[in-house]
Amino acid sequence: MSLTDRQLQLKSLRLRRRVLEIIKHAGAGHTGGSLSCLDILNVLYNRVLRVSPETFSSPDRDRYIQSKGHSVEALFVVLADRGFFPTEQLETLCRYKSHFVGHPTRKVPGIEQNTGALGHGLPIATGVAIAGKLDNKDYRVFTLLGDGELAEGSNWEAAMAAAHYDLDNLTAIVDHNTLQITGRTRDVCSNEPLDEKFRAFGWDVRIVDGHSIAQLTEVLSTRGSESRPGVVIANTTKGRGVSFMEDVAKWHHGVPSDAEYAQAIKELEDAIARMEGEEEGKRKNDIGKMGGWPS
Amino acid sequence: MSAPAPSMFSPAAMEVAQQLGLKMRRANLDEFADTLFGLARADRNVIAVTSDSRGSGKLGPFGKELPGQIIELGIAEQNLVGIAAGLASAGKIVYAVSPACFLTARALEQIKNDVCYSDNPVKLIGISAGVSYGALGSTHHSLHDLAALRAINNIDIVVPADNFEARSAIEVAAERTKPLYVRFGKAPQYQIHRDGTEFEIGRSIRLRDGGDVAFIATGETVIHALLAAESLRGKGVSCRVLSMHTIKPLDAEAILSAARSCRAIVTVEEHMINGGLGEACASLLMQAGVTPRLKIVGIPDEYTVTGIQADIFRHYGISMEGLAATAQSLLR
Ligand SMILES: Cc1ncc(C[n+]2csc(CCOP(=O)(O)OP(=O)(O)O)c2C)c(N)n1
Ligand SMILES: [Mg+2]
Repeated sequence: MSLTDRQLQLKSLRLRRRVLEIIKHAGAGHTGGSLSCLDILNVLYNRVLRVSPETFSSPDRDRYIQSKGHSVEALFVVLADRGFFPTEQLETLCRYKSHFVGHPTRKVPGIEQNTGALGHGLPIATGVAIAGKLDNKDYRVFTLLGDGELAEGSNWEAAMAAAHYDLDNLTAIVDHNTLQITGRTRDVCSNEPLDEKFRAFGWDVRIVDGHSIAQLTEVLSTRGSESRPGVVIANTTKGRGVSFMEDVAKWHHGVPSDAEYAQAIKELEDAIARMEGEEEGKRKNDIGKMGGWPS
Repeated sequence: MSAPAPSMFSPAAMEVAQQLGLKMRRANLDEFADTLFGLARADRNVIAVTSDSRGSGKLGPFGKELPGQIIELGIAEQNLVGIAAGLASAGKIVYAVSPACFLTARALEQIKNDVCYSDNPVKLIGISAGVSYGALGSTHHSLHDLAALRAINNIDIVVPADNFEARSAIEVAAERTKPLYVRFGKAPQYQIHRDGTEFEIGRSIRLRDGGDVAFIATGETVIHALLAAESLRGKGVSCRVLSMHTIKPLDAEAILSAARSCRAIVTVEEHMINGGLGEACASLLMQAGVTPRLKIVGIPDEYTVTGIQADIFRHYGISMEGLAATAQSLLR
């Protein structure tokens, strides 16, 4: 059963709450970037990627490689929600002998590649995409990059290769939250304008609201234009969903205090309750329009 | 809500530290940052180069007060080292500051060619070294750096044990005209050296003397060796303890002397056992025809156990208890 945009929005709120729960429990985590890419992952795993726990070992599956590995908490909660592993396992995040470390590793079901050092995802994804072409497979390859991460030269080496090899099966998504650890990317060591750079490198560029389920669905469901790799520049807000974390650099790897945590959870729960209320109202309204339940 | 994180020291180890009158000081990272700040205030030729690492390097206050002496390059470690080499060649006193894992893996070719081969005296500062970033996983560990840099000509390697060694290394670095790598962690350290101790690159510091076992340790493992030595004293085992803060050039004299004076040697490092301090000592001793019983304690060549730094240390026996047991098993 496919979920409506509103149901996915509601899911995003619940997953954001889960991200905070596991970070608070572990006492560590990359909060800001996990909250900024969460809607992207939600749409990928629930609408776009042809992959599931059952098909994860199929050579025909779509691949998702998270280059900005530090936002692993978002990936973990989305994978748990999709049934790759029980969500309770996330209580062991960062613990002795747990496979759930602070970056993606293939020990965790559903994870394609071990990442965490920035600037590796795009070259690996390019390699997987070239293999797809060589094998005449129609799988797609996605990778998620941070905007600060794009300072690593390896990205641009891969960008040249991907255009050279006409990799229309490759989609890079930039979590364009305009922040990195030190502050605004444009103040730290600017790499803007990203769209013009990718265009100059031969890529198909699309720019979306990275928190709009509808816009993300539209651009991610379709490949870039004929024979060109595609980049989706997703304009996002770091720390999205928690008022005091939004667009504040220090929440990159900030762990909320007990009071901050309570406040953050309350904000998300209020938002969840509002949406659930609206859903319920809408359902009643729809039933009303139908003229009541058929008897 | 979450359980308290395990400490680097067991209650028994902390008790031994107390008996020895050791005081807990700040992290070597903090000591580094303050020392560099002082050097930079005194000399505007001193430049810090960072790769989105000024926060992790505790250089926020430096950047605010001396914005003209910090060159920020964003997340681009290869660029960081190349640009540092260029700055050094033009007469700047350059400290390139980045997490040890990225600095020495990502930018290894820049280190080898642009710094060492071209002889540009950059001071490479590897922060949060070893398994300081424990639970972030192997991408963030630098357990290869000593081996990788040992295999490169024209660079010295220093791994400070406490605030005194950290401060000394950073200060001495400013005067040096040869490439240097200094790496340390971000956890608070016991002060192990007395006031008035002398620090010289290439010259280890003897913390105590004994005839049964010699602990030759480097960096933030030295304290665990010292505590093990003290705990063994109660069991009638006398230990020599060396703080081998310089990995290259190695203090051959001190190592040979330890091997000749003691029945067994235990080397300790926060590094993979391949290619680090232990193998350097073994190679030196074998070639000199001195062959004591020897055990290399470090991280073995396996998928590193997961957990925070304290978990990893304990798991691999880098603790008072673990090292004492290792020493005793060698004597048996
Ligand atoms: C090669 C490398 N250098 C440095 C780091 C440390 N680091 C982790 S996250 C981060 C900032 C990332 O900023 P950005 O790419 O914009 O990600 P986001 O804002 O989405 O969190 C840095 C410098 C790293 N993981 N890898
Ligand atoms: Mg960013």
